Amino acid sequence: MTTTVERPELITPEERGGPDAHGTDGHGPADHDLDAAHQEHHGPTGILNWLTSTDHKVIGKSYMITSLVLFFIAGIMALVIRAQLLDPSASLVSFQTYNQLFTMHGSLMLYLFAGPFAFGGLANYIVPLQCGAPDMAFPRLNALSYWLYLGGSITMLSGFLVAGGAASFGWVAYAPLSNATNSPGAGADLWLMALALTGFSAIFTGVNLVATILYLRAPGMTMFRMPIFSWNMLVTGILILIAFPVLFAAVVMLFCDRHFGTHIFSVEGGGSPILWQHLFWFFGHPEVYILALPYFGMVTDIIPVFSRKPLFGYRGMVFATMSIAALSTGVWAHHMFTTGVVLLPFFSLLSYLIAVPTGIKFFNWIGTMWRGQLSFKAPMLFSIGFLFAFLMGGVTGVLLASPPVDFMTHDTYFVVAHFHQVLIGTTVFAGFAGFYFWYPKMFGRMLHEGLGKIHFWLLFIGFWVTFMPQYLVGLHGMPRRVATYAPDTGWGTLNVISSIGAFIIGISFLFFLVNLWMAWRKPIPAGGNPWDGHALEWFTSSPPPHHNFTHLPPIRSERPTWDYNHPDHRTVVHKGGDKKIAAHQGDKEDQKVGASS
Amino acid sequence: MPTGAGASAADAGSNTGRPSGRRRWLTGLVIAAPLALAGCNFYPSYGASRGVTEQAQDTFKLWSGMMTTGIIVFVIVMALILWAIIRYRKRSDEMPVQFHENVPIEIIYTAVPIIMVLVLFWFTVLTENKVDATQPVAATTTASGAPVVDITVTAFQWGWRFDYPGLNIGVAGELTAGPDNHGPQMVVPVGETVQITLVSDDVIHGFYLRDFNFSRYAQPGVTNIFDLNLVKTGTFNGQCTQFCGLYHSEMLFTVKSVSPSQFETWASSEVHAGHILQNSGSPSENNPPAGENTDPASATALPTATPKPKAST
Repeated sequence: MTTTVERPELITPEERGGPDAHGTDGHGPADHDLDAAHQEHHGPTGILNWLTSTDHKVIGKSYMITSLVLFFIAGIMALVIRAQLLDPSASLVSFQTYNQLFTMHGSLMLYLFAGPFAFGGLANYIVPLQCGAPDMAFPRLNALSYWLYLGGSITMLSGFLVAGGAASFGWVAYAPLSNATNSPGAGADLWLMALALTGFSAIFTGVNLVATILYLRAPGMTMFRMPIFSWNMLVTGILILIAFPVLFAAVVMLFCDRHFGTHIFSVEGGGSPILWQHLFWFFGHPEVYILALPYFGMVTDIIPVFSRKPLFGYRGMVFATMSIAALSTGVWAHHMFTTGVVLLPFFSLLSYLIAVPTGIKFFNWIGTMWRGQLSFKAPMLFSIGFLFAFLMGGVTGVLLASPPVDFMTHDTYFVVAHFHQVLIGTTVFAGFAGFYFWYPKMFGRMLHEGLGKIHFWLLFIGFWVTFMPQYLVGLHGMPRRVATYAPDTGWGTLNVISSIGAFIIGISFLFFLVNLWMAWRKPIPAGGNPWDGHALEWFTSSPPPHHNFTHLPPIRSERPTWDYNHPDHRTVVHKGGDKKIAAHQGDKEDQKVGASS
Repeated sequence: MPTGAGASAADAGSNTGRPSGRRRWLTGLVIAAPLALAGCNFYPSYGASRGVTEQAQDTFKLWSGMMTTGIIVFVIVMALILWAIIRYRKRSDEMPVQFHENVPIEIIYTAVPIIMVLVLFWFTVLTENKVDATQPVAATTTASGAPVVDITVTAFQWGWRFDYPGLNIGVAGELTAGPDNHGPQMVVPVGETVQITLVSDDVIHGFYLRDFNFSRYAQPGVTNIFDLNLVKTGTFNGQCTQFCGLYHSEMLFTVKSVSPSQFETWASSEVHAGHILQNSGSPSENNPPAGENTDPASATALPTATPKPKAST
């Protein structure tokens, strides 16, 4: 971070004005004193601080720890599932337990880990920093989100403690298998209750993200200067507001069917079981992108930093995100091709079209690396792992957009392999890229680089060993969600290979845990900007002070910290038609800064 | 997308004075990959079944073509990523050129994928129309006079019932267990049109045979009708693919495809053996109401392992 050219002057929160300069949370009057805000937060400390905090950084960390614990629980369930499938004898667990395990594995991973880790954890922590805001727009609502999420998670897990065990109808809970006759017992009710609680938690976080990004950006941080992670979180927030209320409505209807004698999803009372699938997937497919977009954003922020270049095709990236979100609300019935009662060509075409913006993202990531100076620190390695994993999952996804191909592979292990490659590509590879990238910011200390690399390589090898055989065994006819299979099917060998891969993935996470433990025991101080980062979060200390910033650099592009640290190599964004707008905005800010100083 | 991106990548590279050798290499790859993959067979199977029905073979061709396209795209994008991470790994502290866009290239890699998916969609629709085409419901012969065999397939927790309303035959089997049992058997004639009417007694099940390259949900409240035209004789394993409760894993069945004359012999022997349809008329209308088999205890109490007539209500 050596510079030869004089740096521009910094502005303090006081000078930059705007709504974000003042406390918007529920803290005592001391926090409205801006000088005090620069100091340590005067409030309860320790466990009481954690329980009562409305600081987005504390809530973000709580979210992240909780979701990682749930990730490990769900991962152990996956290992039990893979152990059961090692051989056809089905000797490890009973059918009933197996059905509960894959239901809860899917539910924990999708409802309680993948989403909350991204939008409750990393986004909660990082988005206000990237936007130059002191906190989320609604800090108390943010706290409520977390406590609903924690309560919902415990509710879902408590299914294992009740008579009859946890829900065992798959994470999609298709009617009429999920009705009171076919799935009696409190486990199913707890599962529904958990979806209602965590669904509201997601909705509140969505509202908070949208409001924060739209209203709390620092002066100069125009929409088209926002880092892509924040852009993607804005779009994710909007998708949450579209999708989760539908899930909540469906859950309430199913609960009424189970307990209050309604017949919304049952044929006997004139209802329609297929309505559940429409409602569920109208939530479910946007949900897939609610799970993917934040992780796309993480990778999009990481690759430029480790390439020492600006993002290639920034605007293309933003429009690609928007078109993915728009298309994602019109493709739900591609999960229902084999029902025989949906309009195949419409949903097929829209599903195919999602490949276009996703392809744009891919080429933009490659273009960003092109002619850069790439250093392969752990975050970059995980990002590249994401590129490979998601490429494979994406290509097989295009195949599944074709109804005839879907007919031949639907509900087989081919589909299992496809969505695990997509979801592990995003939530695990990109998610841990984000974790390794922002951990120094959150905790002020570095993770061990060597252990991070071992974690990556074991995960990467295990990932391919686990899921490539699953494509093949699916094409050989193995259906998903089976607790056993006949020995003469010839599926045994492929299942053994797949299980070995799963155990390698399991081992890789031991190195992650050791890494966390070592960072805890022998801290290596990170400093404010260990990676020579681009966005605003790298401008403040690690961890940031209570209200995040004591000073802000001028914001002239999507990488203000880089521009400040590398005055010789500033981002030149303005070309052609953009010139006027950008110059105009620049003038206004200069006047504002000038007037107040 | 492939060629456009490959060429553009080479263009970007040529600015550094390292040139068209790479472009030639990439172009060669683009041409060689499909040829190598196509190799001895124009439709490589990639692990899938080539299909034993006309519909399955149509689907297989689409699958194979799409897989070849997918592998080419995968290899090209993978090669670009690998090239970038090998060629542009950090070698010095020199600051890289801070470029951030190239509008013509961006337009190319937007337009080429659009064209590609439209082509794929075109072939999808063609195949879909063939696979989904059915003879008129309740027709006993096709327009050319060939016979149509109607079979009503009823899925239930946890087994299958195959009713032949035109032949007055009913075959059913539940809860298969043991390595030698593959569930009830549906016998069909090769070379004739088989029209399946698929329904469910209780929850949603999946009617799936690997060699048919086909699956369809059996759902309460929905009657699905589709045609199968067997082109090969043999016995093919089928299984429920849509999770349907406790014994989902063991809800197996087989389809045996025989010559039309053998089919007639089989039909008369079934009638002699008393495997007759209990309800004349339309069986799907007279199915027992959902819920009959929903109590796992009563279902497990039926140790039926061999095909037997279903005692319908």
